[in-house]
Amino acid sequence: MKRIALLGMPNTGKSTLFNRMTGASARVGNWPGITVELLTGKILLGSDMVEVIDLPGIYDLHGFSEDEQVVRHFLHENVPDLALVVLNATQIERQLSLLLQLRQLNLNMVVLLNMADEARKFGITIDAGKMSEALGIPIFLLSAKYGSGYPEALQAATKALRYTTPGMAEQLRDQLEQDEYIESEMARVLQHSVQVPARMSDNLTTQLDRLMLHPWLGLPIFFGIMFLLFQAIFFFGQPLQTGVGMLFTWLHDAALVPLLSSLPDALQGLLLDGIYNGVATVATFVPIIVLFFLFMAIVEDTGYLSRAAFLMDALMAKMGLDGRSFVMLLMGFGCNVPALMGTRVMRSRTLRLLTMLVIPFSLCSARLQVFVFITAALFAPKSAALVLFSLYLLSFASAILTALLFKRFFPSNEPFVLELPPYRFPTLRQMVLRGWHEVHHFVHRATKFIVAGVVLVWLLTHMPPSAAPASADTWAGIVGGWLHPLFAPTGITPELTIALIFGFVAKEIVIGSLAVIYGLSGHALTNELAGQLDWVQAYSFMLFTLIYTPCLSAIATLRSESKNTGFTLVSILWSLSLAWLVSITFYQGARALGY
Amino acid sequence: MPAVALSSLTPGEGATIVAIHTDEPLHQRLLAMGFRTGKHIEVIRKARFSGPLQVRIGTTDILVRKNEAEQIKVRKV
Repeated sequence: MKRIALLGMPNTGKSTLFNRMTGASARVGNWPGITVELLTGKILLGSDMVEVIDLPGIYDLHGFSEDEQVVRHFLHENVPDLALVVLNATQIERQLSLLLQLRQLNLNMVVLLNMADEARKFGITIDAGKMSEALGIPIFLLSAKYGSGYPEALQAATKALRYTTPGMAEQLRDQLEQDEYIESEMARVLQHSVQVPARMSDNLTTQLDRLMLHPWLGLPIFFGIMFLLFQAIFFFGQPLQTGVGMLFTWLHDAALVPLLSSLPDALQGLLLDGIYNGVATVATFVPIIVLFFLFMAIVEDTGYLSRAAFLMDALMAKMGLDGRSFVMLLMGFGCNVPALMGTRVMRSRTLRLLTMLVIPFSLCSARLQVFVFITAALFAPKSAALVLFSLYLLSFASAILTALLFKRFFPSNEPFVLELPPYRFPTLRQMVLRGWHEVHHFVHRATKFIVAGVVLVWLLTHMPPSAAPASADTWAGIVGGWLHPLFAPTGITPELTIALIFGFVAKEIVIGSLAVIYGLSGHALTNELAGQLDWVQAYSFMLFTLIYTPCLSAIATLRSESKNTGFTLVSILWSLSLAWLVSITFYQGARALGY
Repeated sequence: MPAVALSSLTPGEGATIVAIHTDEPLHQRLLAMGFRTGKHIEVIRKARFSGPLQVRIGTTDILVRKNEAEQIKVRKV
């Protein structure tokens, strides 16, 4: 099958074009010579199926960033039959340098000048014919977003694919050390074919930025937008999640239980409470991921994410992070899983890893459920708000501490120079495709891991078959017994230790597991907890719950996004150690003070 | 007029780039973004708390951190 590689700088609408070409058929895949996965899609072009590959956006073919290396290695190991080079027409006088570098590789090329409509609005006139002549490459004006020029571009690609690639020079780097040549070439090509107005007109972007990046109003507006986003995800997400949960419960009760009733009890438990629950866990994340990325697509595609970086950078740079990390950290307060996936907008790997290390400390909505229940059971209503507020503060404090401690292990080698693209309207198609791709990615990568984890915890809490579920006689109870010397100084009881093992799967099931452990529910459980624990123990348990590993889905995501088991283990071990240290310090401190 | 650091310009001021003294990776990236000696550059705004600068070269707006802008020398026009 012939291969078309999409190449271009960031913010050229390359991915929009890719989505237009491949639609929902795109998948991530591995390639020889590179470690990152690339989106690819198979499409019918003319009468042949061809494979389209979306390469990361790069500024410079001989740059030092990771993406630039990826593209170099990819081109070297997998010479494409056609390079479709996407340039942003509004920045043509700068982007031409990349095209000239690519031309030196002697690839079969077609150039698409994207955002032609926007360039026209800016008063930039481009004579594609003259430019094509000067470069000796076919050039087309295009608007990937609205589709104008798109059929012509596809036709040109089909035609170009008939020719074979001339091949590629062996010594890539040597060829590329020709800056001077490129400069004079740029001047020659631009001279006759492009006219750029001397001064940009005062457009909508400038006016919006005057408000959005206002010295005093900028930050309050940013927090306002974040708050609305957060609320919106939960306003729409919670009912959807509940709906999916109900659907799975209904399927469980109405179909699976009767169907499997003839099987032995232990096998039934394994299938229903183990495997089926694992699948249901994966499913409940689907609506929240779709919604999250619908909204993230808005923030990102409108260009606001770079503005957030501008506003928050002064503070975040001290922690070795940047403004985009902060957006993801905040979104993590809703759900850590999509926030971890969202770090993909950061192209520097070290910056991304550090952000991923920090996000799991965000107090997500599942943990909030645990805290609300325990607080209601152990604290007076008037102090409940204060307790919850203190947990939010500690969540931020753990994140900041982690960033400060670990930043020297993740020095960012990516230069921090970020483009501030003009504000644009995202298209619905783009948003929906983004949500779809992310869900596919999550389900594809995380299902096996999550199901295996849920089954493991089910086995721990239900084996041997002679023991009552979640009791001290189960494997979990035995492990809890071993761990008791470790947990005793934190005030966490053996029953609560078993609940923490459940909590490893998902915080949503912690309260449910307490109900199983004590054999009580609702008010009876509240009273039992209030009788068994004092507030110091309860707060210590909440501290541990807040800081240790958020859930199995978050671990699965950490692993699939970092592609590094060592990093995932460090994240788990660090959060467990910090949780233990904070709990023990609090418990012993409070006891020493006489509480 | 003597050359000064890009970071010393106030918002609204324009200048010509005379030298870029950054390390290799950053230099490479700046070049690709249109930072070349002789080019006109304008500071649009500065973030609070010594945050990044928003600068404009040609049709592109770019964020540069303050300590990086200190390594770019310009001559006011």
